[in-house]
Amino acid sequence: MSANWPAIELVVNGDRRSVHVPPMKRLLDVLREDLHLTGAKEGCGEGECGSCSVRMNGELVNSCLVPILQAQGARIQTVEGLAIDGDLHPLQQAFLHCGGAQCGICTPGMLMAATHLLASNSHPTMAEIREGLAGNLCRCTGFKRIFDSVISAAGQSSEAHAR
Amino acid sequence: MRGNAEAHELIAPGSMNAALCRLAEEPGLWTPIAGGTELMVAHAAGRLSAKKLLSLWGIAELRFIHEKSDSISIGACTTFCDLRASRAIAKDWPLLAKAASWIGSIANQSRATIGGNLVNGSPAADSSPALLVYDAEIELISIRGSRRVPYAQFHTGYKRNLLAPDELVFAVHAPRRFAKHRQYLRKVGTRRAMAISKVALAGTALVEDGIAREIRVAAASLAAYPTRLYRTEDAVGNHAVTPETVQAARRALLSEAAPIDDIRSTAEYRKAVAANLLEEFLRGLDGEETA
Repeated sequence: MSANWPAIELVVNGDRRSVHVPPMKRLLDVLREDLHLTGAKEGCGEGECGSCSVRMNGELVNSCLVPILQAQGARIQTVEGLAIDGDLHPLQQAFLHCGGAQCGICTPGMLMAATHLLASNSHPTMAEIREGLAGNLCRCTGFKRIFDSVISAAGQSSEAHAR
Repeated sequence: MRGNAEAHELIAPGSMNAALCRLAEEPGLWTPIAGGTELMVAHAAGRLSAKKLLSLWGIAELRFIHEKSDSISIGACTTFCDLRASRAIAKDWPLLAKAASWIGSIANQSRATIGGNLVNGSPAADSSPALLVYDAEIELISIRGSRRVPYAQFHTGYKRNLLAPDELVFAVHAPRRFAKHRQYLRKVGTRRAMAISKVALAGTALVEDGIAREIRVAAASLAAYPTRLYRTEDAVGNHAVTPETVQAARRALLSEAAPIDDIRSTAEYRKAVAANLLEEFLRGLDGEETA
């Protein structure tokens, strides 16, 4: 069966990967089921909650809304690509330090949205952080500790961002 | 019920011409899909009726912002991130830049396209009121050729439009002549982020000696599709903006608005809020400041 599907070539966290799956299979499902990268989570399945956020060719996307054919040849970055050889990414370290993760379901998406924000804006204001993470819902932290984590990772004090 | 990926065919023709040829060969059989922020939601929920989908994502000929001396053209597959990043859009059509920033989250704006927003035809579409008050035209293309129609005539009913089965939206065009116009856009939703409009209202007008000229008023969620409010415009156009004019305009809006009760709001609330937004816009025409 799978031999009938076209090959989809991806570069996931720097590694070349190839899958044979239906073209309408969601990027989220390919990551989780075919590539066994279960960091990205399915929350709402309709682009509202952000728990499946990954970066595709440098853009932040909801992987639940990307048919895999549209990711042909794309560079994908998932939460699994943040730590290098077991050394946590500064954002991951900051989430640990500031209590930005509780139940953990939203955390991979939060980390990817925050990574995306800091990639283009290394010292965001609180308003910019709130906008950058507006598509990511958390039901544990009340968001404050997540915002604090991003501020901490950006290397600035909370007060400097309070405006 | 969850969607089944194997139940749908998806092809990527790779170029606009190849896409148009496919549509012409089998008109009505293929559903174009761009960033998927609408159709993939239906797919995940198992309620995507289209069986054959034609991907427009990645077709460079459909993703552009072209500036000419007197107009700007936006390709149908231009994303809302692209619109937000454009200096020309920010300068000439600030209401569209503002609307682009309201559409979902960054992850939605990186995928959702202006063509998709218009073809989907939601009554609450965020980009529509701005395009209506900027006198936008929409260019439709097929292998038979292309045609331009006023965007105000594009929607013909709830989720219905002028597209023939072999046509795609190619671009949106609008004039660059609003630098001196007063401009207004406000959306009222449940919360500030990620909310779909309960109601939204846009307006442009050129105010000369206290008289409102070239007035345009448009709204989302006041009818089966985003619409210009012509009677409201007539109540204000070429009049001094006095309290009496404002009251006449409110009455005109209430007479032509036809909102519904749905999961997001009620018809009564939508009418009341739309009239208040209109009044806010009109009262703003009094002062010196331009938006």
